[in-house]
Amino acid sequence: MSAPLSVENLSVVYRVAGGILQAVRDVSLSVQRGEVLGIMGESGCGKSTLAAAMINLLPVGAEIRQGGVRINGTDMLKLPPAAQRALRGQSVAMVFQDPMTAFNPVLTIGRQLADFAGAHDPARATPDRLVAMLARVGIPNPARFLDRYPHELSGGMRQRVAIAAALLMQPDVLIADEPTTALDVTMEAQIIHLLRDLRTSFDGAIVIVTHHLGVIAELCDRVAVMYAGEVVEEGTVDAIFHAALHPYTRALLACDPAVVDPSSGRLPTIAGRIPDLTALPPGCAFLTRCTMALPACHNPPPRVLLAEGRSVLCHRVQP
Amino acid sequence: MLAYAIRRLGLSLLILIVVMTAMYAMVFLVPGDPASLALGPRATPELKEALRERMGLDQPILTQILYFFGNVLQGDLGTDVWSKRPVLDQILEVFPNTLILGVVALGWALIMGVLLGCAAVIWRDTLADRLLGVLSVSVISIPSFVVAIYALIIFAVWLKWLPAIGAGQKGDFASQARALILPAFAVGVGWVGYLARLIRASMLEVMEAPHIRTARAFGMSERDIVFRHALRVAIVPTISILAVGFGSILSSAVFVESVFSRPGIGTLITAAVEKRNYPVVMGTVLFMTAFYLAVVTAADLLIARLDPRVRDVLRS
Repeated sequence: MSAPLSVENLSVVYRVAGGILQAVRDVSLSVQRGEVLGIMGESGCGKSTLAAAMINLLPVGAEIRQGGVRINGTDMLKLPPAAQRALRGQSVAMVFQDPMTAFNPVLTIGRQLADFAGAHDPARATPDRLVAMLARVGIPNPARFLDRYPHELSGGMRQRVAIAAALLMQPDVLIADEPTTALDVTMEAQIIHLLRDLRTSFDGAIVIVTHHLGVIAELCDRVAVMYAGEVVEEGTVDAIFHAALHPYTRALLACDPAVVDPSSGRLPTIAGRIPDLTALPPGCAFLTRCTMALPACHNPPPRVLLAEGRSVLCHRVQP
Repeated sequence: MLAYAIRRLGLSLLILIVVMTAMYAMVFLVPGDPASLALGPRATPELKEALRERMGLDQPILTQILYFFGNVLQGDLGTDVWSKRPVLDQILEVFPNTLILGVVALGWALIMGVLLGCAAVIWRDTLADRLLGVLSVSVISIPSFVVAIYALIIFAVWLKWLPAIGAGQKGDFASQARALILPAFAVGVGWVGYLARLIRASMLEVMEAPHIRTARAFGMSERDIVFRHALRVAIVPTISILAVGFGSILSSAVFVESVFSRPGIGTLITAAVEKRNYPVVMGTVLFMTAFYLAVVTAADLLIARLDPRVRDVLRS
């Protein structure tokens, strides 16, 4: 059986004033049923573009240069628009970053959920089913919720509703793009708990895009670390957190805000900035910030496959 | 909501009082004496004095204004200088004609405007969208009386499909409806273009919103997104423009009614101005002001009803 979601050699560019911005470069990933894949990286590394490309809903100006997104083995990008729509929501569902703007402000929650489910199967849009799903994501008094408007709910409640909406059609893949970033800390913890509870009852694949190390550690089985549009390291959570090989992953893990650098008394950071994605150097994209660079790093780094699902994009790593 | 409604109605009432006072004061600012105007140049001073007394013009101005207010509150807008009939009766006799013209004109303009606006959004940046754009701007820029004259020449005179003048036989619905088609077309056609542009612009803004992306991510079809989700958000700013537009629709009805010799507020007010029939002019303007204020107020209340966020801000 093919993986619910696999991304193959995907490259996405943005047409910008200064030329072509390479947001996602030759990314290949796959997620199995029951597995949670985390996509980690700092702002601007292409992780949200990758998430949007997974449902082929890229913003205006973005363009897929190569590659495919296979949903249960079918390349979504090659399907006609109507067939792509049939997959969205039904086979692949998405939870967006900002729950405050993710819902239509003038329609009730119930109406919106019914419209989302009704786009695929009106039989699933019954109030009973909607109430049952809201109850499943831990909303108290779910029957009363259907007549509420989005602005009447807190951010945490809205994100619960967004998760309920995503689960309505029992999708094979659930993609959560920064699901906790817009929430305050207590809400964030609640949503993390909710997602962890759902892991046990949800049998599809889950992709969580985040820059939050805690979310990765709490929820994910496997992690793909992105830098400048590329997956620079991939592995199990244990491998990434305890035996990271790529210098960028190590630097990123060292940036735990709970650890203050004793020598300087400041929060740890990675020196330098992400390279200009419209004019990338031919070699390793992390070269200018890397403390362990070799002369060979001016050449494109090799993808070193260490085991199934464990790879690193670095000259330093030996197979 | 109730408190908002009361506040909003209070504001409208205040505006109406200001308009009434201003209107009454204007009669005194304008040189000339209403009594001499009414009686003509050959009236004797005694006759004028008698009429002045009857009209209450010999009283101090404040008393007169209060008197005027009192009369208006009792539904008395004065008496026609020529026919001696109450002004309100004359207005109420022809007002339904104008109201039907305005409502039908705005109604078809709204339906067409929303459909064309949404079509332009669904087909955005295609040839159809551009054609609609050019067409919309063209019809906006043609004055309604020009449309009226050409519509009359083409459809009534040359093709003889529709009646050229009047409002149709009383009690005969088909005849009245046929008489309504050309005037309603003339009054509404510019608004079709205007509303199509407005809805398109408003919709394109809404279509960029994250909640539309959510709807797309759940596999809703573009048509459902446009009509079921985006339109509900985009229509709100349009409603207040529609209400204000109703005022300008009524003023273009003045021209169009003249072109089609259709009885209505327009023909009433033009005839009254020509004959210097001040009570009728004043009464009609006051009536239309009150009606216009009522429409705008109703639109504000409707917006509060349609947009739950406005409703809640008002509740708290």
